[in-house]
Amino acid sequence: MSGWELLVKWTPKMLDGVALTLELVAIAVVAGLIVALPLGISRASRHWYVRALPSAYIFFFRGTPLLLQLFIVYYGLAQFPAVRQSVLWPFLRDPYWCALLTMTLHTAAYIAEIMRGAIHAVPVGEVEAARALGMSRRQALWHIILPRAARIGLPAYTNEVILMLKASAVVYTVTLYDIMGMAKTISARTYEQMFFFVFAGVLYLIITIALTWIFRGIERWLRVDAARAR
Amino acid sequence: MKIRNSLLAFAAALVFATPALAADKLRIGTEGAYPPFNQIDASGNVVGFDVEIAKALCVKMQAECEIVTSDWDGIIPALNAKKFDFIAASMSITDERKQAVDFTDPYYTNKLQFIAPKSVDFKTDEVSLEGKVIGAQRATIAGTWLEDNLGDVVEVKLYDTQENAYLDLASGRVDGVLADKLVNWEWLKSDAGKDFEFKGEPVYDDDKIGIAVRKGDDALREKLNGALKAIVEDGTYQQINDKYFPFSIY
Amino acid sequence: MIPDLQGFGPALAAGTWMTIKLSVAAVSVGLVLGLLGALAKTSGHLALRLLGGGYTTLVRGVPETLWVLMIYYGTVSGLNAFGALLGYPELALNPFAAGTLALGLCFGAYASEVFRGALLAIPKGQHEAGQALGLSGLWIFWRITLPQLWRTALPGLGNLYMILLKDTALVSLISLEEIMRKASVASNATKAPFTFYMSAAAIYLGLTVIVMLVLHQLEKRAGRGIARNEL
Repeated sequence: MSGWELLVKWTPKMLDGVALTLELVAIAVVAGLIVALPLGISRASRHWYVRALPSAYIFFFRGTPLLLQLFIVYYGLAQFPAVRQSVLWPFLRDPYWCALLTMTLHTAAYIAEIMRGAIHAVPVGEVEAARALGMSRRQALWHIILPRAARIGLPAYTNEVILMLKASAVVYTVTLYDIMGMAKTISARTYEQMFFFVFAGVLYLIITIALTWIFRGIERWLRVDAARAR
Repeated sequence: MKIRNSLLAFAAALVFATPALAADKLRIGTEGAYPPFNQIDASGNVVGFDVEIAKALCVKMQAECEIVTSDWDGIIPALNAKKFDFIAASMSITDERKQAVDFTDPYYTNKLQFIAPKSVDFKTDEVSLEGKVIGAQRATIAGTWLEDNLGDVVEVKLYDTQENAYLDLASGRVDGVLADKLVNWEWLKSDAGKDFEFKGEPVYDDDKIGIAVRKGDDALREKLNGALKAIVEDGTYQQINDKYFPFSIY
Repeated sequence: MIPDLQGFGPALAAGTWMTIKLSVAAVSVGLVLGLLGALAKTSGHLALRLLGGGYTTLVRGVPETLWVLMIYYGTVSGLNAFGALLGYPELALNPFAAGTLALGLCFGAYASEVFRGALLAIPKGQHEAGQALGLSGLWIFWRITLPQLWRTALPGLGNLYMILLKDTALVSLISLEEIMRKASVASNATKAPFTFYMSAAAIYLGLTVIVMLVLHQLEKRAGRGIARNEL
């Protein structure tokens, strides 16, 4: 079959793969942000016992490969009958939820570190000013520190989104049909492996470049560069 | 960049590449995750029926042989990429594959049959299978058969290895698995498979298994065919067969 | 010393050694590519800058998984032609070489950004001082730029190395017998995936700790005699 015929025949399937990849990444980076919020805040705490647990969490998820984490969640947990009889099993038996859970926990560890860095980058004087105006610690956190940190951390966060997009290419190993999964399944039937690998590569490249443009637009709109700590 | 990269690739190739196939050395490609036909034991050796047959063929051809493992869905591309010289990995001879590789005469015959939990009433007609989740290995005739015949009826889940499909059958993620009968037979014998059984009649029963060589590599194919005939005639084949199965699979 | 783990302890140990070898080989390739990339990006020639930028964009836009697979299966025709020239018509990349190239390529793309930043951090006056002393361009690079580059770039490169260490797990997808592959072979044989994948996780964490300690020492060494900004 010629390249054009392959393209015409299989592009719709590959686009299904694009949809799943985008869906997984979008949900994971948003859910990851929510999980990361308490982690990042407690990581920036001055008390070691508040830092300890999130530090261990971040150490584990940043110190091991995503592929391995996925296998632990998908194949590993199912080893225990207790897990298979628990109320969580309807979720854990589904590869979609396993992939989403793993990706979320994984990216949350990285986002929490970005947050910690951003919180530390907020000038001390601004926090002192807020306190001097009579704000409580909590108020200063919500009204001064976090909004400032959000703009400082935004470029690193958008970078993380792109890293997650690329890292998501391992979810095919748990039977999902993302871009990689589609490419692999189709090439197993057509024996046109290189063709579909390159096809998949081009799709990822297009998505990365498009996302980069969009994020740069958002950063300009929010005037992130002006919000950087000096 | 392109030039620099390819230069680097060449430099690295000089350092790392395996200048393969010194005149009498043959490399056998297999998967290593398909018991009892090919698997990897604790000490890292590749063992199994396919491997022993291949080694017996090498003895007959008076060739020195080396086993190379490869992921299943990349095994044909790897053969064509000359990562090895022939595939002895329980590969079914199909028209689709014949477009990509050449096959020797069959060295055993297999069937496709469903397995499912003993406790479940599992019938293999289309109506009963409606909505069930069935696991199979990617790029196998079982996977292809499911997609072609039951693609609209069941949800097909494709795994990189057969073992992972069994793990999910044991954990209840899939309702049943369709695979080679003899591989299912081996798993059902194991501890993990003790609560499962064959369901229904084999759905496909003329599954001829051959050794694949690169397209046009007739010299090697002829030599393998000759050696295959010889080990069947002198009883070596029967000996290996008996080691793994209490019945003849030829 | 090595735990038995149902007979698979030594296999995991061998896998760990393979992971270390692969990561060191890949980082060597990657450092060279990264340095070349950074020089291209900061060069005065537009063509070189485009080349450097294209390399970074292309490599960083495609998943590492895909690079590993494409390089393993895709270098065939080019290599075969080259091999035929040398009299080895069957020349082929083994999984180790393919993994080294793929991970090195990805490391290099990110490292070129780190090196570029470090290059820009070196005051122009030093280059000019070298010229005033009559040193050749190459000599200036070797004796003045490179030693300082190393110091500024080290923390960034260290981070990249830790990312690379985890990316080596992807090379299990082309059957290289590293930690991840050994763990999945063992879990297939024993039907105890949790045990073996968690053991693998512990090994990765151990390696990360060692790398962190070594990097700390290297940074201290590279920063000898340099005053640091204290906040």
